[in-house]
Amino acid sequence: MEKVLTKDVPADGSALDVRGYEQAGGYQGLRKALKLTPKEVVEVVKQSGLRGRGGAGFPTGMKWSFVPVGKDAPHPKYLCANADEMEPGTFKDRLLMESTPHQLIEGMICAAYAIEADVAYIFLRGEYILSAERLRKALAEAYANHYLGKNILGSGYSLEMHLHLSGGRYMCGEETGLLNALEGKRANPRTKPPFPQVSGLFGKPTIVQNIETLCNVHHIINHGPDWFKGLSKSADSGTKIYGASGKVKHPGLWELPMGTTIREILEEHAGGMKEGLRFRGLLPGGASTDFLVEEHLDVKMDFTEVQKAGSRMGTGTMIVLDDRTCPVGMVKNLEHFFAQESCGWCTPCWSGLSWAEKMLQSIEDGQGQETDLERLAFICKFAAPGNTFCALAPGAVEPLQSALKYFREDFERHIHEKRCPWR
Amino acid sequence: MLSPEERQEIEAEFGHYPDKRALSIDAMKVVQKRRGWVSDEALKDIAELLEMPAGELDSVATFYNLIFRKPVGRHVIMVCDSVSCWIMGYDRLRDHLMSRLGIRMGETTPDGRFTLLPIVCLGTCDHAPALMVDDDLHRDLDPDKIDSILEGYK
Repeated sequence: MEKVLTKDVPADGSALDVRGYEQAGGYQGLRKALKLTPKEVVEVVKQSGLRGRGGAGFPTGMKWSFVPVGKDAPHPKYLCANADEMEPGTFKDRLLMESTPHQLIEGMICAAYAIEADVAYIFLRGEYILSAERLRKALAEAYANHYLGKNILGSGYSLEMHLHLSGGRYMCGEETGLLNALEGKRANPRTKPPFPQVSGLFGKPTIVQNIETLCNVHHIINHGPDWFKGLSKSADSGTKIYGASGKVKHPGLWELPMGTTIREILEEHAGGMKEGLRFRGLLPGGASTDFLVEEHLDVKMDFTEVQKAGSRMGTGTMIVLDDRTCPVGMVKNLEHFFAQESCGWCTPCWSGLSWAEKMLQSIEDGQGQETDLERLAFICKFAAPGNTFCALAPGAVEPLQSALKYFREDFERHIHEKRCPWR
Repeated sequence: MLSPEERQEIEAEFGHYPDKRALSIDAMKVVQKRRGWVSDEALKDIAELLEMPAGELDSVATFYNLIFRKPVGRHVIMVCDSVSCWIMGYDRLRDHLMSRLGIRMGETTPDGRFTLLPIVCLGTCDHAPALMVDDDLHRDLDPDKIDSILEGYK
């Protein structure tokens, strides 16, 4: 099975420097890209079927095609790498940045070239100290070797790239919240339209793209769209970095063909549940995805199939619930996170989520009422897509609505026994 | 007053953005790195340098988790309280830290050595539970490991 993104990850936990990266074939995709026209690069990425790895799964090439190009396009144009990995249970982009920072930089230069961007920013979580250190060094190396700056490799194309450290807030990972944060403002979401591709950072055309997505770009240019499609076991192309955390035997990350089943990831790669524990369910791709349970183990982990099963692949890093962990407590923990991280911009989010958290706490404390379950279900509808300004609240209620469905009897036990049966 | 070094470090980034105020968070971090926190006075000085109202800068400061508007101890402990760490034993870790330090979350020890804060998912979920002390990440924790970790921060 072919690995692409993690093929050259050093086993000793170090980062590949520019020479090591070049020896492993690095910057060949960029050389090829610079011989194509920007339009041709967009076309190749479109044909590859690459979809965004940050959670939403939007087709990457299509997103780029909305950016105005040519003589009359407004400048400067921007590319923002979304390295604000803050979705609870998600730790895949950290690996890519810490091990192969040049892979991200090369992917970013190709993406920036495709939309004729002038400036690129890496918007990085403030807590990712090691990523920051290694990206800074890699950026200096990339400038010194003419991969960045004026007239890249003699192509006539110029690009500046800067590292921007976040002040820390989940909302910064939302596309337009990130743009506000980069401008030095509170990370509230912006109204769409206008979409960032037309009017984004500082009012100029902007693309915001996840780290894992960007790391794929030059590989696609180097080996072609058909190769990329062939890596997958399903309708969605490429490989995917999957992960598992919680009480499994071997928590970790694995780059596997897109469409690998949940069962294979859980049983073969994560080694199954720890001794004496039983599997109860999982969040397939971070905190803001619906629970899946035993009956879904043979679902393929890709955008289409997980959605058919009633959830979302999200970031592809699953959080596993075992039978010794209280599902109500787990959902309370999740809603605490979302209520705290809500930016306060719209009512279903700031009001609904803190209300949900309070009710879940009282159920955990043995003071829940039967009617609380109806109220929680109401909040799930209240905060559904269409009622809120951005995707935070709809994502926040995904684990709640599915927990009410799959673990209803556990909620009821808390209410009837007036205590948490796990305590 | 901002020190010449602080001013220099902030101004060095001016060229990276078309608007100075894009540096609001960076600038506060520059000050915080040296002074531990951002005082009202520092906030006004930064706002002046970035040519923005101090009130607006404060609204930015209070929005972000990593900017401190109150004094903190010499070392800041940030304990991940998100879902994977919670499953793997966050509660026990937090309780141990609170009893060992004699403070609650959000407080500073009387000797000014440690401030204890919760933090959201640190992105190291395969090594949960985890915490950071200043810039250092500590992973695969259990309460027994805490004492020797704290020893490393005087």
